[in-house]
Amino acid sequence: MAEILDILSWIFLLIGGFLGITGAVGLFRFPDFFTRLHAASITDTLCAGMIVLGLILQAPDVMMVIKLLLILLILTYTSPTAAHALAKSAIHGGLKPLSGSTEPEAPSGHEESSQGEPPFTH
Amino acid sequence: MKNLNLLWLVVLLAVFWIINSGHFDFLLLSFGLISVIIVIVINQIMTRVNEEYQPPVILSLRLPFYISWLGKEIVKSNIDVIRCVWQRKPAIEPRVIKVKASQETDLFRVLYANSITMTPGTVTMEIEGDEFTVHALTRTSREGLESGEMDRKVRSLEK
Amino acid sequence: MYLAITAAILVVMILALARAMLGPTIYDRILAINTFGTKTVLLISVMGMVAGRFDFIDIALVYALINFISIVAVLRFFEYSDQAKGEQES
Repeated sequence: MAEILDILSWIFLLIGGFLGITGAVGLFRFPDFFTRLHAASITDTLCAGMIVLGLILQAPDVMMVIKLLLILLILTYTSPTAAHALAKSAIHGGLKPLSGSTEPEAPSGHEESSQGEPPFTH
Repeated sequence: MKNLNLLWLVVLLAVFWIINSGHFDFLLLSFGLISVIIVIVINQIMTRVNEEYQPPVILSLRLPFYISWLGKEIVKSNIDVIRCVWQRKPAIEPRVIKVKASQETDLFRVLYANSITMTPGTVTMEIEGDEFTVHALTRTSREGLESGEMDRKVRSLEK
Repeated sequence: MYLAITAAILVVMILALARAMLGPTIYDRILAINTFGTKTVLLISVMGMVAGRFDFIDIALVYALINFISIVAVLRFFEYSDQAKGEQES
């Protein structure tokens, strides 16, 4: 039983580490600030969740589990708020989001629909 | 109503204190009591400024279902964004769209906006009344948002 | 095995710091610092597990709160300032 929990927790931790690196690579590969915000939100949500879940499976007592869950709760509460605050103040600071498909083009077929539309639909 | 809100706040703060301290001797519990009282007093002063204050407590039997649904959505959209990151040419179509929120109270509007922001691929940029300005990264995230499924789920929590 | 996780988190932190130094606009920098802070919280929790010092979890908790408050405070400071615009152009 303990073996299975151990393996499961390692799997969660490894997935978490991989997601973290994915998010960081996304920070470099995406073209502008608003797209980078999406890459950062991977690391904030699922990566943090996976790592904390992996640690919970290794936790020695109940108090530890509760505290780890509290960390997860605080991270899930604050990270969307921080992302929203960032996006809002970037807009107020006069940063313009890119729109339409960016120069590494979207796969063909999507192109027709994405070029003609104005940036603000509705 | 107001007293009920106050009661919820006291319970939340007390539980938070107990979880964080983990000790039950007299000294630490009395410190906890003092901190709760201070926070309540500050809160009372601040609610005089903002009349519509509500403690962030949602009592609904559907809440666990909503959270599990949201978790599933987060995993799905995470996979979508991860695919974008590792593709040789990222298939992104950043777009700014407007979304209508049909919730009535501010609390649920905040819940909806935060749920949008929490799923990778969509970020709420601005809230004006019942209209959200949302930045969407990929086609699928945009279409998922425009289908309004999340909006309906949050509204069903309200009742 | 813990080493792999710690190494992965450290790599993420280095990349985030690099973005914070490169970042063309001030918001990129703040975003990178936010990511850095989240990773620090996770790193502290993992290190607490490795060292068997479970009071590290409390530190991680406090760090999560401070990280959030500092990000919001910095954003308040820059939200309507001209400095952000100036950096974007240069």
